[in-house]
Amino acid sequence: MAIWPPEQIESVLDRILLKVQKPGRYTGGELNQIVKPWDSVQTHVALIFPDIYDLGLPNLGLTILYDEINRRADALAERAYAPWTDMESQMRSLGMPLYSLESKHPLQQFDILAFTLPYESLYTNVLNILDLAGLPVLAEERNERHPLVIAGGHAAFNPEPMSPFIDAFAIGEGEEIIHEIVDVYQEWKQSSETRETLWVKLAKIPGMYVPRLYEVEYHPNGTVRRIAPRVEEAPLPVVKRIVAQLPPPVTRFIVPSIDIVHNRIPIEIMRGCTRGCRFCHAGMVTRPVRERPVEEILQAIEAALEATGYEEVGLLSLASSDYTHIRELVEAVASRFGDQKITVSLPSLRIESFSVELMKELKSLKPSGGFTLAPEAASERMRRVINKYIPHEQILETARAIFSQGWTTIKLYFMIGHPEETLDDVQAIMDLCHAVLREGRRICGGRAKVHAGVSTFIPKPHTPFQWVSVDTMEQIQAKQTLLRQGLRGQGFKLNWVDPKVTLHEAWLSRGDRRIGQVILRAWQLGAKFDAWQEHFLFERWIQAFEECQLDPAFYSYRKRDLDEVLPWSHISIAVRPSYLKKEYQNSLSGTLRDDCRGQCYACGILPTFNDIRAKTPAEAWKCPPVRRKTPIKEKVTV
Amino acid sequence: MPTGAQEDPHQREGNSMSELTRYRLWYARGAELRYVSHLDMMLVWERTFRRARLPLAFSQGFNPRPRFHLASALPLGFTSLCEVADVWLIETLPPDEVQERLQRAAPPGLTLQQVEIVPLHLPALQTMVLAAEYHIEFREDAPSDVADRIAGLLEQREIIRVRREKTYDLRPLIETLTLTTSSEGDKPILLMRLSAKESATARPEEVLLALGIDPTTTRMERTRLIFQEPIPAP
Ligand code: SF4
Repeated sequence: MAIWPPEQIESVLDRILLKVQKPGRYTGGELNQIVKPWDSVQTHVALIFPDIYDLGLPNLGLTILYDEINRRADALAERAYAPWTDMESQMRSLGMPLYSLESKHPLQQFDILAFTLPYESLYTNVLNILDLAGLPVLAEERNERHPLVIAGGHAAFNPEPMSPFIDAFAIGEGEEIIHEIVDVYQEWKQSSETRETLWVKLAKIPGMYVPRLYEVEYHPNGTVRRIAPRVEEAPLPVVKRIVAQLPPPVTRFIVPSIDIVHNRIPIEIMRGCTRGCRFCHAGMVTRPVRERPVEEILQAIEAALEATGYEEVGLLSLASSDYTHIRELVEAVASRFGDQKITVSLPSLRIESFSVELMKELKSLKPSGGFTLAPEAASERMRRVINKYIPHEQILETARAIFSQGWTTIKLYFMIGHPEETLDDVQAIMDLCHAVLREGRRICGGRAKVHAGVSTFIPKPHTPFQWVSVDTMEQIQAKQTLLRQGLRGQGFKLNWVDPKVTLHEAWLSRGDRRIGQVILRAWQLGAKFDAWQEHFLFERWIQAFEECQLDPAFYSYRKRDLDEVLPWSHISIAVRPSYLKKEYQNSLSGTLRDDCRGQCYACGILPTFNDIRAKTPAEAWKCPPVRRKTPIKEKVTV
Repeated sequence: MPTGAQEDPHQREGNSMSELTRYRLWYARGAELRYVSHLDMMLVWERTFRRARLPLAFSQGFNPRPRFHLASALPLGFTSLCEVADVWLIETLPPDEVQERLQRAAPPGLTLQQVEIVPLHLPALQTMVLAAEYHIEFREDAPSDVADRIAGLLEQREIIRVRREKTYDLRPLIETLTLTTSSEGDKPILLMRLSAKESATARPEEVLLALGIDPTTTRMERTRLIFQEPIPAP
């Protein structure tokens, strides 16, 4: 394919943009975008969210990398997203390659293409984007003239399914590793060596996983026998990267000129979670807990409001109530920004009346709709299994407080399909919803509403449930039927997830390297935008599995042996496998494990990151402080 | 003029007219904003005012909207040299300062040309617009017989067209339609003046389609708005 200069892309855009929906998705030029002269830097990085602009623009991970890379004098970062199908057909009919929004350079011209993989249903879009960029989708078919293709994000903690397409994965947090990748790339480029040399150089960066430097062997029954490095530079395991302390938050967010769903300022107040819910992937992979100081958060809000003109701020974390200075923060936000009529959202609050006080404080800024609580399970037994224990009475008490404070809608999030769950446990979900609605009726009469969002549990890699099977299609359907029958009528609303969507995610999230062939085949059969109901076709995936001679049930329904070599066992999240095993056994015996801020359970974070911990102030992490493992030499000689 | 200084600066409950100051803005919309729809542009303006910390007044009612009234909505795909809008603020500031603060907060492609305070009692801008002028460039080669097509079109007594399932006569809405060449003298350029009254507005794309020209092969710019009474020009 001939290289399209930016002028040609711009001129073709002029011709086609009035023929597509929301043309503002494809133009760039928004407030706060950064455009550097192309030739003023050595290294050009395209940051790619593999879904449409509307969903990708708010992504905080890419926003951080955009900021990090563009701070360098020797590199630039630009953005690209998946074109919606109408735009894709225009582009394909003209042979126009996918380009970056800032300078309209085709992606082929970049040095590095960096994808974020926040969830598995985006996988086929990655292939489609590589193809739209005019690149071979398979890494082994690309050469030195092609850009380096890297990926990161939460789904990349199991990199195997996407390993045929990605040259290298960055495991864990991106703030520091991205610079090391750019440095290594620059050094390699000047040396004009082979692509294999680049892979080896990248593998030496802590946290980088280069799949082609590892060999996977299988048992005849299809399970993994061994994952072994092919070269000595490839580490085993690849340990995730973390930053010792969260850097000050980004505040110059790109402000879209078209209306998109999430128009808000995202400020991460804390990273990591100490609660230890056994189903929670994010809670395991983002350890340790690191908090931002209150003043830093306030300053960031101030700066971001000024830079964007947004009216909404999201204070992000996995468990807002656990932020040490949450009361202080909320009070300061309310008093400092009280005159600006902004909406402040505080997700993931604990189910306790203190949360209602916090929300009341924030609500005074601007009234907001419902109040969300996530009990996740409703029976005593299930709460012990998943290690999210909230007494029944505490939930009702919190609900009473919410209704009494003027909210009329409570959203309750649950999951069905937890390990060992029976229909009685599902019945308990309905009973709880009814009990909450009864409380609401007593307090605010007929206006009281309960919205139940019931998703289906999918076992995730690197969690205590990584060995269990997902519910079968029939089990899920039976449970959903029960819910639909029990939660109808006035005051209730029920959302659930199509079991086919659940199974698709289940195959991919614990897939091995061979699943890559299924992804490739599904894409060739037309799969893309699998996260969109109107595009997702279950039968296409079944066909792809058949053609690749793999059994989907092997990945979803099979209970793994505790000693099995899991396909992601060469990737370490710094939480020990033995700890996960212990937690799995605890779940079977219904044993609860408390928040580890009270007592460290030695999950593995501290020994792995001992050096980093020793250098950070005691209060910066929620893990206890450590002394350096190895005594300093001089002292020994004394 | 009352300033409403005691008011909550971003209050959403709606403001009564007497406390407000009415500003008239003249501005240009460049290529960066060409694919921003009229509705999205409202959001762009609202955020620009918030960044500039200029307190917009809001309409009363269940869903208060900023009091920001355009003379004439700009269709998707157009740039413009001559947009006019009225906006009500709950604070009285010198127009120069308003202009300067807006410009600093404006997104790429939005250029403030002038800001004036105008009396509250003036009629709504959109009732004052008579006509709009457009400048149409061909991005590729223009049809060789474009001059003949124009003459043919103008000869017709009526030009019946269907838009949004409604039939209407385009002919009386075309005030002028001429062909000229670019300043470099090498490219044909269409100039048109079309009625833009509240009840009778013609869209330039419709004229192009009536001429058998695909609007996506052109670059369209609004160059002038013509008002009933002369309003102070930038
Ligand atoms: S090291 Fe201890 S305190 Fe830190 S996350 Fe693990 S269990 Fe919790």
